[in-house]
Amino acid sequence: MTAAGSPALSTAARPVRGGRRLPLSSIGVVPFFVYIAVFLLLPTAIILGGSLVAPDGSISFANFAGIAKPYMAKSFANSIAISAVSAVVGAFAGALLAYAVVTGKPNGVLRRSVTSASGVVAQFGGVTLAFAFVATLGTTGFVYEFLLQRGIDIYTNGIWLYDLSGLTLIYLYFQIPLMVLVFLPALDGIRPQWREATESLGGGTWHYWRYVAGPLLFPSFLGCTLLLFANSFSAYATAAALITQGGVIVPLQIQALLTSETGSSQPGFAKALALAMIVIVLVVMVLYTLLQRRTAHWLR
Amino acid sequence: MTAGGSAGRSRVEVRLEDLTRKYATTTALDRLTLTLAPGELVALLGPSGCGKTTALRLLAGLEEADSGRVVIDGEDVTNVPANRRNIGMVFQAYSLFPHMTARKNVEFGLQMQHVGLAERRDRATEVLELVGLSMHANKFAHQMSGGQQQRVALARALAIRPRVLLLDEPLSALDAKVRARLRDEIRRVQMEVGITTLFVTHDQEEALAIADRVGVMQSGHLEQLGPPTEVYSRPATPFVADFVGLTNRIKGVVRDGSVDVRGESIPLVHPDVADGPATALIRPEAVSLATNGDLADGPLVGIVIAVAFLGATSRVTVDLGDTTVLAQMPTSAATLLKAGTKVRLAMRTDPVLVQREEPATTAP
Repeated sequence: MTAAGSPALSTAARPVRGGRRLPLSSIGVVPFFVYIAVFLLLPTAIILGGSLVAPDGSISFANFAGIAKPYMAKSFANSIAISAVSAVVGAFAGALLAYAVVTGKPNGVLRRSVTSASGVVAQFGGVTLAFAFVATLGTTGFVYEFLLQRGIDIYTNGIWLYDLSGLTLIYLYFQIPLMVLVFLPALDGIRPQWREATESLGGGTWHYWRYVAGPLLFPSFLGCTLLLFANSFSAYATAAALITQGGVIVPLQIQALLTSETGSSQPGFAKALALAMIVIVLVVMVLYTLLQRRTAHWLR
Repeated sequence: MTAGGSAGRSRVEVRLEDLTRKYATTTALDRLTLTLAPGELVALLGPSGCGKTTALRLLAGLEEADSGRVVIDGEDVTNVPANRRNIGMVFQAYSLFPHMTARKNVEFGLQMQHVGLAERRDRATEVLELVGLSMHANKFAHQMSGGQQQRVALARALAIRPRVLLLDEPLSALDAKVRARLRDEIRRVQMEVGITTLFVTHDQEEALAIADRVGVMQSGHLEQLGPPTEVYSRPATPFVADFVGLTNRIKGVVRDGSVDVRGESIPLVHPDVADGPATALIRPEAVSLATNGDLADGPLVGIVIAVAFLGATSRVTVDLGDTTVLAQMPTSAATLLKAGTKVRLAMRTDPVLVQREEPATTAP
């Protein structure tokens, strides 16, 4: 009999108190929850409260009516379009890259270099990223000039780098590596036995992708695409650094409404927009979680 | 019984002829020739890297041979892709499609063969009953135990009515009790269907228990092929003697076709071994122990240092001073022995193999 197994000794050493006590090790998560509370939940609550305050100080839903205004609806449409395009293109390109990685050696140079680079590049954004593209593809950028000297003018129909097309291209810079990082575990979960089993049962490559690998990977692929959508939809700094024309996408509209120098700032309306964005991202993330959970049993 | 096809269709001869497969500088399979008689179950046994799995994969068509032929029922299928060989295969583990139920898994091969929906269902039901899993037809892989998953994999392999069944260490991921039960189950189903089967394993007990013939492999070669009793009782090479079952290695001297081991003369399996020092390979069950009679010190008198209970039999370790020897005997006899008991060894005079110590040579 050990001391730990003796109720008498246990009781003597640790007096019984009312209620359940959290183990000491849980102290480590306290800073995390404090951080979440202060920087996520509290701002969300402030946004929610502020969005209900009309310009005259009354409590109403008047701020939400502004979302339906044509110029604001256009910003939402732009935001959704740029997020959808960069998510879909990023998802396909990232999935192909991830597939190339998993078909290589498990600890080979390709895998190590691609995953390391993706880890860095997926977090790269803001002013630095915008500047990188301006310095390369901008009107004085060295790639642009290099191409121009060889008779290729990528701006014959206007300088698209500073509008939605350019922003989509720049977003792909972090969307593709993010896709690599989030989709790689699903691809790793695909077992070589499934392909061999398909073959031994009379199926070919098409059958394998149509009936086995495709259905197994599709929910995860769709979930990852939604994650990319949310990532792009909530991006602000890169667009703010690149596009001076306000209001092209929703985050820039919010910025304009909060920081107007002409005395027309509308914090309540800005918060209503932010809340609408939160709702959209929340819906997307719930769908992402449901899809990931669906494949959790399959691709462990 | 029609599961797995009519007996006539299943009972085909399989020949591997001079198969060679190299990976970079390693020769995984070196001119392997092996014939499986119609309806026979042959187990390929050997340590990791001996080439047994390579042989199975070449037969399945999952890898290409560098040279040699694979012939099934008289047809050369060496260059036929895996999906056109009509071979059923059960993998080591995790081969069920996880997003399909057991029934859908079983129906998959039939779907590939464009079998109609109604017939697919009937045949899936039939093979699931054959492996005793009709109650679990609607479960997914993650809802079944490892043993159940492997039985579904067996049903899936048999559903397409293959010409040959390949089993690639199908029991190695299971715990001991399930392994023994499923092993018997596989044998029962194989005999019921009558399908020619190649079973690959590194577990000697499994191979000896399940197979009509056992092929012991080492370094891409087939060291010995024969019925389990022959492989165990009359190993052709020292490697087989070592790998299959336990073997005492006792120093002796070869003289005129027999080996003198601690004063006892034992005939050799291969009498043409040159005279000189050698190590005799003697099975523990060929050693008996006596606690009465002449126990005066001598080369065959020793002290019991351990008794290991194995169930119906026990294994006794005896210290002879300069070496230890294992003896296997019925537990009823071994219960008389305790650590410290003085015993006299006797060795059965069945022919034995010998091995030269330096340089390492084997009996021809």
